[in-house]
Amino acid sequence: MEVSDVSSRILAGLLETRTGQQLTMSRRWRIETALGGLMRDRGITSMDQLITALVAGREPWLAGEVVDALLNNETFFFRDRAAFDLVLKGALPRLQRSREAEKKISIWCAGCSTGQEAYSLAMSFLDERVRWQGWKIDILATDVSRTAIERAREGVYSQLEVQRGLSVLQMMRWFTDEEGQQWRISKQLRDMVRFDVHNLTEAPPKGRFDVILCRNVLLYFSEATRTAVFQRLAEASAPDGYLMLGAGETIIGHGSDFVIDPDNRGLYIRNAVQQPAPLSGLA
Amino acid sequence: MKSCLVVDDSKVIRKVARHILETLNFSVDEAEDGRQALSRIETKMPDVVLLDWNMPVMSGMEFLRTLRQQDFDVQPKVVFCTTENDAAHIRAAIEAGADEYVMKPFDRETLESKLQIVGVA
Repeated sequence: MEVSDVSSRILAGLLETRTGQQLTMSRRWRIETALGGLMRDRGITSMDQLITALVAGREPWLAGEVVDALLNNETFFFRDRAAFDLVLKGALPRLQRSREAEKKISIWCAGCSTGQEAYSLAMSFLDERVRWQGWKIDILATDVSRTAIERAREGVYSQLEVQRGLSVLQMMRWFTDEEGQQWRISKQLRDMVRFDVHNLTEAPPKGRFDVILCRNVLLYFSEATRTAVFQRLAEASAPDGYLMLGAGETIIGHGSDFVIDPDNRGLYIRNAVQQPAPLSGLA
Repeated sequence: MKSCLVVDDSKVIRKVARHILETLNFSVDEAEDGRQALSRIETKMPDVVLLDWNMPVMSGMEFLRTLRQQDFDVQPKVVFCTTENDAAHIRAAIEAGADEYVMKPFDRETLESKLQIVGVA
């Protein structure tokens, strides 16, 4: 199945309009693989037929499904352990001291895909339940993909997914095996995380978040969109909140809303001196 | 450089595991069953053993139980790597002294993360 330049451009435009994400040349090789399953399921036999159906717009659900299929939902439990340790051993002890009066910590996993990172955090809190006794831990996890959010809410993972990043003891503690080599996450963990569909280029969810995880998402945005999204994240952050990005992602060159945490290199903290600039260019 | 003994009666699995482990900078030795693995260990103690469950001559479970009864100064870490992928088998492996468990099929990231968890990568 050949993907012509015109088809690529139409798909890229659709993805960017719906999610803000770019389908750069380096990602275009994936189109065929990403859409193959959807096309088979829907009886679409060629890329031309798919593009024609998209352009005609007679089947409104199709564009949503195509966008969902084009998104990269790669994630796993405790992805980059060292980075998680920075949050667990660097940010959270400090927040526990500064939030002692209200005993509440709010976390936003922005671009959570199928939920593994949000559940990793929930596991970490439950693993230290004595330390967090009496605290309200609010974990919100969002993604632009409805399919990913539905999977995250369900909390059922394949054999391959469940063992990526988890120790066997964590797996046995927090999952039960089901038919078809599927593993279901415990209700206790599911109850700790709220999942919702959200587009990062739009206004952030309500709340002031003490920790925001936005990992391996921003790399898919244009420079301008990335800068605007950083402003959105700053808007949602508590004045002394933390931001954790993916390995290889940086705030540098995207304003001064966050600065490197000198005590936890790899984490960013809200730059309280700098207030978010007025937003422009985004809905 | 850390060392790993891959114990599996499948030549293909040994080859795949060797390839992954060598890219992770491990020196790799191989054995086709539990008895051969015990012989290998007598001559050179690896840092970690990647162990299949069902093998002729001596199964992975028999190997593990025998290994853990030995009075070595340092015991190797043992990571089961098997198609026995239900909770009952996993529980039995942990009780017999396995440090980690990989369910086949696996990929490089999975194996690497398990080796990190047991502290050898």
